[in-house]
Amino acid sequence: LIEFLQQLINGLAQGAIYALIALGYTMVFGVLRFINFAHGDVFMLGAFAGFYAGPRVLAFFGGGASYPGAGVVLLVAMLVCAVIGILIEFLCYRPLRNRPKLTVLITAIGVSLFLENAGQFVFGADPKSFPELITDRALEIPESWGAVSLLTITANQLIVVGVTVGLLFGLRFIVLHTRMGMAMRAVSFNPTAASLMGINNDLVISFTFGLGSALAGAAGVLISIQQPSIDPLMGVNAGLKAFVAAVLGGIGNLPGAALGGILIGLIEVLVMGYVSPTYRDPIVFGVLILVLLIKPTGLLGASAREKV
Amino acid sequence: MFQKPKILLLLGLLLAALVSWSLGHVPLSNGAGGTRSFIDLYAYYYDVLIGIGISVILAAGLNLVNGYTGQFSLGHAGFMAVGAYASSFLTLKWGASAGGGVLLFPAALFAGGVAAAFAGLLVGGPSLRLKGDYLAIVTLGFNEIIKGVIQNAEPLGAQRGLGGMHQFTNFFWTFGCAAITVYVVLALVHSTYGRGFLAVRDDEIAAEAMGINTTKYKVLAFVVGAFFAGIAGGLYAHFKQFIHPEGFNYLRSVDIVVMVILGGMGNTAGVCFAAVLLTVLPEVLRAVSKAPALPASVQQIAENRMVLYSLLLIVLMLLRPQGLFGGSARGKKGGVK
Repeated sequence: LIEFLQQLINGLAQGAIYALIALGYTMVFGVLRFINFAHGDVFMLGAFAGFYAGPRVLAFFGGGASYPGAGVVLLVAMLVCAVIGILIEFLCYRPLRNRPKLTVLITAIGVSLFLENAGQFVFGADPKSFPELITDRALEIPESWGAVSLLTITANQLIVVGVTVGLLFGLRFIVLHTRMGMAMRAVSFNPTAASLMGINNDLVISFTFGLGSALAGAAGVLISIQQPSIDPLMGVNAGLKAFVAAVLGGIGNLPGAALGGILIGLIEVLVMGYVSPTYRDPIVFGVLILVLLIKPTGLLGASAREKV
Repeated sequence: MFQKPKILLLLGLLLAALVSWSLGHVPLSNGAGGTRSFIDLYAYYYDVLIGIGISVILAAGLNLVNGYTGQFSLGHAGFMAVGAYASSFLTLKWGASAGGGVLLFPAALFAGGVAAAFAGLLVGGPSLRLKGDYLAIVTLGFNEIIKGVIQNAEPLGAQRGLGGMHQFTNFFWTFGCAAITVYVVLALVHSTYGRGFLAVRDDEIAAEAMGINTTKYKVLAFVVGAFFAGIAGGLYAHFKQFIHPEGFNYLRSVDIVVMVILGGMGNTAGVCFAAVLLTVLPEVLRAVSKAPALPASVQQIAENRMVLYSLLLIVLMLLRPQGLFGGSARGKKGGVK
């Protein structure tokens, strides 16, 4: 049982990352009704932004690993990714706004390939070792807690989950309690009606891309803190998994994306722990296919009827 | 251009046989007084030639699904993997006893195709109920699942890959199969089935209202496409003589999709041309990046061919979404030609 609990903790930390990326997919799908294939690569760029900013920021904060430094690196990566996300939307997707969805989908695949290949050219194809932003250590759990003290919880895991929860609440606040969030929900509900009510749809879409990409950037830094080896193709797999998470939770649904991300993280870790590491990806995709066949709108999604 | 598919098929088969024989037998000077055949002398060019044939089969098959029927599949490499592994498994098992492979190889190829078609049926049945983006993701997922199953199958070499096949594939088999693929696709498209495919693509709801069994047509296109992907996989396996699960990943599928898009979806001649172009282009760029006569800047650009390739895709979508050789964007005129 202790081992099982341990796996759950590891899965939670992994799932938190997927949840952050999945939110970007879901938000973009909400306002534009298309899958931003390049989102996983924005996540990769976030990790590299952290990689280049890390040493400089840490030097500014007096050398070694420190929490304020790590926080600044996180913010820098989020900012860089937000700008990149807005740029991608402006250059590649906006000119295609009224074209068939397939055209936009193919363009998104093109953007994704471009970021991967340009990344290999600019950063080099070999894995890089991410600078240590915070000193990792296992938390000491008092003996008096009984069996719980046998669990290993690292500071990194706690930070990853903590930051994710913080970002989720921040996002919830933006979407539910600000004017821009209200506009986002309006565009997502009905773009035509939203623009008739005086909402600048282009601005809202840009903002959504920025927000989603910032979350992906944060995820990039957080995963690099946990697994400090980054390479230009790291976004492919993570992006696919996060997409599966978004669909599992119900695409277009924010709490669903978070829930889906955590479930996928748990499934992955449990499969690796109890079945076989090589079955991890087939089983995750199997889950996706099952969900789409049984309840295509996902766990928390509302069903929509197709109008002729 | 392809008004008479039957003549085209005959011509293609004949040409394939002729060229194949001459490549192996016509003596060429090897520069030292002796003579050798083209295959011995120019192994690299032969390699590219076979690659072109395989690309044409893959792209023409996928065009039936993505182009004519309008179902965006992103998992073609998975079916290629099924065909490659199935046929290799058969030739490895019976290669010794059946002798020269004159009958064994086509039988194994066919079996590989059937295995891939069966996989296509299994995948297509459930997933073709989904549309657009979802279908793309699910086919991609199946691609990963097929890859994952092979990675865990010990008799198929699992993570180590499978090797040791005899090099049965030659020019004749490759281009003969390419000619058959193009013929079957064209013949299908010009038949009642073809009307069904186009109807499903142009407006699925309207097609259904007219009493067309849209699921049947979608699954049929999918299965035929998968069959030819399996054939292409078998040819590939018996040319390279080594296959690895990672060789059939998502990027490979994207390659094939790009050929179809570049050629103009639902335009067989254009798609075949694009398949040739996209197989030759990387080799040309590779040559350019190594050519000493050219300035370093040109070499460097050519070296990043994958960056160029992806930029090309984006620019193409922005400026000419119907592909280089496609007709109008909605396929009203560009459908059957």
